[in-house]
Amino acid sequence: MSTLQVAKTVDAKGLSCPMPIVKTAQAIKEMPSGALLEVLATDAGSQKDFVAWAKSTGNELVEQTTDAGVFRFILRKK
Amino acid sequence: MSDTLNLVLFSGTDDKLQAAAVLTAGAAALGKRVNIFLQYWALDSFRADRIDLDHGLAPEAGEAGRAAVDALRAAGQASWKYTLAQAKELGDVDIQACSLSMDILHIEESDLDPIVDGVEGVTAFYLNADDGEIVFI
Repeated sequence: MSTLQVAKTVDAKGLSCPMPIVKTAQAIKEMPSGALLEVLATDAGSQKDFVAWAKSTGNELVEQTTDAGVFRFILRKK
Repeated sequence: MSDTLNLVLFSGTDDKLQAAAVLTAGAAALGKRVNIFLQYWALDSFRADRIDLDHGLAPEAGEAGRAAVDALRAAGQASWKYTLAQAKELGDVDIQACSLSMDILHIEESDLDPIVDGVEGVTAFYLNADDGEIVFI
């Protein structure tokens, strides 16, 4: 488990594509630059989606882990 | 890669509209502008009094496809209307009704669900398309 201090968590467990990314994009809009966002998702596609989304939007994917079928992403707002 | 995605929606079945809504939300999350042009049976599915009804599936879905879609829905998959609404909230998504289709189907602007932003002709659609790719569904 990471000890990073996250400012906000988006629980997207059970949501299918593209809702985890949509909820993430909505949440990060309201956060200050440099703040950390944690996202929890179960959609298998989200593993590649978050890499692509971070690359395209310039937000940094700091950490990506899996625990018991739940994917956890830590993103730093651009 | 262009910053604009243009979708021409022709089919009015729930599976195709779902696919279109997913493409729209994904593009909006990436900061792309999305123009949606509603024609024929897709436009018919955006009538205020029909948008929440069951619009069936494409013929190739068959019984197995129907069962798979029903299972996904029962598991709480967001409807295409909700997905489109989320995409509009998130980014720059403009949904326009094709004026010719309005005439053919005898639809007035007041008959449409408020998620539709307006009515335009094909020339306006091309102008707004901004050299971005155009996808026909």
